[in-house]
Amino acid sequence: MDWKGRDVISIRDFSKEDIEFVLKTAERLENELNEKGALDYARGKILATLFFEPSTRTRLSFESAMHRLGGSVIGFSSAASTSVKKGESLADTIKTVEQYSDVIVIRHPMEGAARLAAEVAEIPVINAGDGSNQHPTQTLLDLYTIKMAFGKIDGLTIGLLGDLKYGRTVHSLAEALTFYDVELYLISPELLRMPKHIIEELREKGVKVHEMTDLEGAIPELDVLYVTRIQRERFPDEEEYMKVKGSYRVNLEVLRKAKETLKVMHPLPRVDEIHPEVDKTKHALYFRQVFSGVPVRMALLGLTLGVLEV
Amino acid sequence: MPENLKIEVIPEGTVIDHIPAGKWLKVVEILHLTKPNGGTLLIASNVPSKKLGRKDIVKVEGRYLSEEEVNKIALIAPMATVNIVKDYKIVEKFNVEIPDEVVGILHCPNPNCVSNHEYVLPRFRVESREPLKLRCHYCERTIEGEEILGNL
Repeated sequence: MDWKGRDVISIRDFSKEDIEFVLKTAERLENELNEKGALDYARGKILATLFFEPSTRTRLSFESAMHRLGGSVIGFSSAASTSVKKGESLADTIKTVEQYSDVIVIRHPMEGAARLAAEVAEIPVINAGDGSNQHPTQTLLDLYTIKMAFGKIDGLTIGLLGDLKYGRTVHSLAEALTFYDVELYLISPELLRMPKHIIEELREKGVKVHEMTDLEGAIPELDVLYVTRIQRERFPDEEEYMKVKGSYRVNLEVLRKAKETLKVMHPLPRVDEIHPEVDKTKHALYFRQVFSGVPVRMALLGLTLGVLEV
Repeated sequence: MPENLKIEVIPEGTVIDHIPAGKWLKVVEILHLTKPNGGTLLIASNVPSKKLGRKDIVKVEGRYLSEEEVNKIALIAPMATVNIVKDYKIVEKFNVEIPDEVVGILHCPNPNCVSNHEYVLPRFRVESREPLKLRCHYCERTIEGEEILGNL
């Protein structure tokens, strides 16, 4: 696979080999970073971060990754201060920004915006979230976190908890997990069940899927519990949100029934789904998960810029 | 009574046969034949058919179809056949075919899809032909059934 100039738009564009290659490259970079402190693969290269809607965490993670690679960063963190406010098309913004940079990372409220940007730009474009569609780098860092924690992904039993209906991260993660030999527990309130077409796809691809509403029933089986926030902003009406708000709370009491080796993940930010008392336990993997964003994004930036040896 | 006696023949134009019964109006709509355009428009609905059980037929006088129009018909009536008539004779006959990619024909029903906001041709990849299921190239949402018909 020729990575130089490649766009990273959707996890659907990736094969298992692609995913494994990114994870391996991220591991290599993480080790190099630990040894040397700073790297200079991307010296002289510029990353443009175009955040048409705010996402501090993802933006900082990409910026950190580019700095760690020895490159530099330009960009904006909301559309309010850009020519978009003046009515400029997305295509024109992209064509302009590519004159200033070597790689573009885009976060946009509209679904498909990253795909359109990639069609317009001649430099690589990386999707940092397009509406409720895709967030492929989050999925890759989730997989990387699991792999680093267990040394493997195959053979694990993974629970996805919370908002499985609107949660973009769990949709892409579930899709990516079809490449692996895993068993999935989908735990959510009835109102927030995983969309039928995704469950069908999982089953068609041979993943053993259990759907349930009860966390306590599932927890003894799990190697990984991936918790999501029930996102108020995704609900069409407040009443629906109020019915499911605070449905699950992962605390020490709940974890008493878990395997000792269970790891709890969360794409963060959290509200009240995981009690802070869990942070100090060996189950908590979510801050390590945040860190994983850096080597994974370093790998993607380095590969698409063509500055890493493949 | 033989079917061809029920529907008048046309001297020049196109006969679209094997439309699923009840879908003739959609065919007329997507070909923009709802307004008088000079030629005669003949419609037969609920005609017995060996292939479909019941079918509709649309005959358009003095009009031939573009590739885009044929592709649109394929989305509504994948079993349809198109007959080109010249001087009262069928000079060409072909089956419509659903292409691998549907470009510029139907809009994405997702109001938040970028294709509904930017200057771009809507594009769908055909995921399955039977039943017909399309995936938007941009927002990746899949659409099927009535949702496809409603957005043509």
